[in-house]
Amino acid sequence: MYDIIIVGAGTAGLTSALYASRASKKVLVLEAKNYGGQIINTLDIENYPVEEHISGFDFATKLYNQAKNLGADIKYEKVIDIKNSDIKEVITSKNTYKAKAIILATGSVNRKLNLSNEDKLIGKGISYCATCDGGFYKNKIVAVVGGGNTALEDALYLSDIAKKVYLIHRRDEFRGDSVTLSKLKEKDNIIFIYNSNITKLNGKEHLDSIEITNKEGNVDTIKLDGLFVAIGRIPENKIFSKIINLDNNGYIIASENCHTNIDGIFVAGDNRTKELRQLVTATSDGANSATEAVKYINNL
Amino acid sequence: MNIINVNKDNFDTEVLKSETKVLVDFNANWCGPCRMLRPILESIENDKVKIVSINVDNEEELAYKYQVSSIPCLVLFEKGKEIKRSIGLISKDEIEKMIGE
Repeated sequence: MYDIIIVGAGTAGLTSALYASRASKKVLVLEAKNYGGQIINTLDIENYPVEEHISGFDFATKLYNQAKNLGADIKYEKVIDIKNSDIKEVITSKNTYKAKAIILATGSVNRKLNLSNEDKLIGKGISYCATCDGGFYKNKIVAVVGGGNTALEDALYLSDIAKKVYLIHRRDEFRGDSVTLSKLKEKDNIIFIYNSNITKLNGKEHLDSIEITNKEGNVDTIKLDGLFVAIGRIPENKIFSKIINLDNNGYIIASENCHTNIDGIFVAGDNRTKELRQLVTATSDGANSATEAVKYINNL
Repeated sequence: MNIINVNKDNFDTEVLKSETKVLVDFNANWCGPCRMLRPILESIENDKVKIVSINVDNEEELAYKYQVSSIPCLVLFEKGKEIKRSIGLISKDEIEKMIGE
């Protein structure tokens, strides 16, 4: 029996573990894949207070060691269900664990275009991470699809590597940061395509062209070597939806105190409703969720 | 398990002509998921397979030859031929399943 079980060992979950362990609670963190979550794909973090530069890998590893050294138990098992009664249960593909409180910190996954061929061409011309795979496209032709910060940053990063970068967006203006956007507009190898969706991915062994359709219904084909998909992320809350209230986009409805609709079940990080999804808000959720969980347990 | 660094000079001997199956880890220093994968690979104990590492920045020819355009990329070779490939960070269970018996 644990005091608190945390589902997910990303930035939010590990910070929850750190705070809960420091409050002398018995903590288990369950992680399906690897610790660190999304941030491990980031080459250089420049907006986390105190550290001017730190790689995502180093950030995650330091946080992981910090939580572990404080006594948190971390196991690599995929959670498939949670059950609520006086004692809560977390069911993984291997075991069932009991706890007084649960913190859901499952984060999110890349949103896909949902086009046929997409899965087959991942790693063969289609990528969801420009900083990871951009280096393979030296002097080649690539496209980025999306309209947020990730898409803009990806396009900027790729413009220094690739010969030509198409930036494809379904609307007529970008949601992303205006500073990045003005840097992009100064580049002479970026071609902006507005009001268009990608409607087809062509290629047998490797992606070789994409079909785009604009608002008026005009269809065009672009030959390219790589496509970077940056159209947002989807929260990983499906398995909790039987008992936990989600909003229309699948996020767990919660405010800054990280309470869900069920007493003793909390949420932390990118999978809850919030305005800003950043490292600093993930760590903030970690602290809040653990503090609330500790309060809940102490009042039982 | 101890992981051997492979380059274009010893690729034939270490990979293609190996008696055992070889799991090739294409990676780079700047790649976070690759750095995550490394200790997982080191934790694998299986005497029927050899694990080798190829740095794609130093070995562009090999990366190009095997059409690696996303890392981490694990390629399993048997008797000089590619038999399986996996792209992205995967778990120890998944790696063991990939290697098989």
